[in-house]
Amino acid sequence: MSDSALPGEKSPAARNMFAALQLDTRLLGMIGAFVVLCLVFNFVTDGRFLTPRNIFNLTIQTVSVAIMATGMVFVIVTRHIDLSVGSLLATVAAVMAVVQTDILAHPDVLGLGHPAIWVLALIAGVLVGVAIGAFQGWMIGYLGIPAFIVTLGGLLVWRNVAWFITSGQTIGPLNETFTMLGGIGGTLGESASWIFGILAVAMALWLQIASRRRKASHGFPVKPAWAEITLGLITSVAILGFVAILNAYHIPAARLRRMFEAAGETMPEGLQVGYGIPYSVVLLILVAVAMTVTAQRTRLGRYIFAAGGNPDAAELSGINTRFLTVKIFAIMGGLCALAAAVASARLGFSTNDIGTLDELRVIAAAVIGGTALSGGVGTIYGAILGALIMQSLQSGMAMVGVDAPLQNIVVGVVLVLAVLVDIIYRKRTGD
Amino acid sequence: METPLVEMKNMSISFGGVRAVDNVTVDLFPGEVVGLLGHNGAGKSTLIKILSGAYKADSGEILINGEEVHIHSPRDARSYNIETIYQTLALADNLDAASNLFLGREMTTPFGFVDDDAMEAETRKIMGRLNPNFKKFHAPVKALSGGQRQSVAIARAVYFNAKILIMDEPTAALGVHETQMVAELIQELKKQGLGIFLISHDIHDVFQLCDRIAVMKNGELVGTAKTTDVTDDDVLGMIILGKCPPGATPGPGALVEEAAAS
Repeated sequence: MSDSALPGEKSPAARNMFAALQLDTRLLGMIGAFVVLCLVFNFVTDGRFLTPRNIFNLTIQTVSVAIMATGMVFVIVTRHIDLSVGSLLATVAAVMAVVQTDILAHPDVLGLGHPAIWVLALIAGVLVGVAIGAFQGWMIGYLGIPAFIVTLGGLLVWRNVAWFITSGQTIGPLNETFTMLGGIGGTLGESASWIFGILAVAMALWLQIASRRRKASHGFPVKPAWAEITLGLITSVAILGFVAILNAYHIPAARLRRMFEAAGETMPEGLQVGYGIPYSVVLLILVAVAMTVTAQRTRLGRYIFAAGGNPDAAELSGINTRFLTVKIFAIMGGLCALAAAVASARLGFSTNDIGTLDELRVIAAAVIGGTALSGGVGTIYGAILGALIMQSLQSGMAMVGVDAPLQNIVVGVVLVLAVLVDIIYRKRTGD
Repeated sequence: METPLVEMKNMSISFGGVRAVDNVTVDLFPGEVVGLLGHNGAGKSTLIKILSGAYKADSGEILINGEEVHIHSPRDARSYNIETIYQTLALADNLDAASNLFLGREMTTPFGFVDDDAMEAETRKIMGRLNPNFKKFHAPVKALSGGQRQSVAIARAVYFNAKILIMDEPTAALGVHETQMVAELIQELKKQGLGIFLISHDIHDVFQLCDRIAVMKNGELVGTAKTTDVTDDDVLGMIILGKCPPGATPGPGALVEEAAAS
């Protein structure tokens, strides 16, 4: 068994330093590609791409697809596929819109603008999403219908169930609190964003220290101290830098003045207030953390990856792979519901064509993020980064003024190229 | 007389009209290795998969320590301390050794999260005993050699205190040295009082490792014999022709006129 080594292009010392950091080289490659992409767009657009404003917009545009992409990782890891996510999103968006505008807002129920409407609508949506996902998972796991077929059927069915529910009308305007989930309409503000950032840094560092202690207590080799400190610094700077950028996007003066007027106060001259982290991004971060913990630290996650690596082995180890399939698709359905909330809140309405082609964006994000269609391999952060790369490409090209057909051609080519690079990488590392 | 560890009585199972296992009766005593022999498709693996819970028999009963048990799933089999090492190894290639060893029985922290470090520590302990050269604790099993993979599979059975061990061609993918390692391990486990069903095609292995043999042909039991009572040629005759030699106890599948002639 040879320790598959890369052709030695780096000096041994440099490679040792890299090895000590124990970084995921695939992740680094993706981050590298993303940085290059941003720099190129920034150069071509004369610095308009990497402004706080554009970065803010990029993040809120990515959220809906990124939330679903984390679920798609589980689906693809277990060698399934879900083509119905875009349609499922539409159905759930329609349900949530009808629940909040027609049912809950009715004077006999809660009445227009009741503070509980948004959360009740969201719960209803998540329940519907989980139920539909579990139903599709049941057909795949227990009836043995291939996921491709079940969800291809779902693609047609749920798109038109949405149409049926709304009679093809655009439903809205949605509840005001609910629309705060959409992005620019609901942000933490500067101080809360800083607190959130500092808590996140504290959490990350604590996890790092706890992991090191645990390893040391079992007598396992640990990274050298300088490597740990470097990693801790990188994480902290990345988190706080992100907060700083989102805080640097200021609420336009006219809008700020209106907000002060609405509160019956006058705006002090020269006041600048940053938006901070949008609620939708907070939601994405919570989803990402929950899904990563599930993937790496729970039995469910372990079984998902085992079933993806060798379904027979999983079965023979006493894992109920059928029920596992139901759970995976139920999670996917729940995440579609969250994505539907964000997407419809961002528009302020539930439209008939909401989420169209999202299934392709979501699958592409997961695959660009390193999820292997052959199963068993994939990461949550990879999928989110994949979604971000896709969105950056799309918005960057739009800013540069690339024609619409060319934009889609480029995105398609990038998807195929990303997978090719991944295949070559895996062959080289024997991974 | 001692109670057998396992008795499988009159087991039958059919797949779409083909009787893969037809009225087979075998038993296994503590500290004994019973070799299951036969051609490909003779029904050995199928018989054993009934015991390990992968298949459900159409008829027949299974007794463990003299008590009838019902095995409907691999989980049931495990609860009777039956562990299986499959021909195809049944490891998840993308996971590391510790994850595979504990697959389906993960150690958890008080909060219910998977405790990877504790599992790695246990894995290091048991691998230190079984295969001291094993070092790749963080690599996915895919990156291991055949012998290393086999030692992970065996470690899994040993760690969970198997009483009954089923080994389906444990040495098929291994080199000479690694085969020797497995042979030594089997002797060691025998001494600890485990009962082992060993499926093998290698007559040499069988005579070296087994106390008794049971030969199957076309889903039926040709006969059982102590390895001391029969020769290589006798066993080959049983496998190929279904001919039961004088030293063996004939089963329902023995060639009738030959059995009558002897």
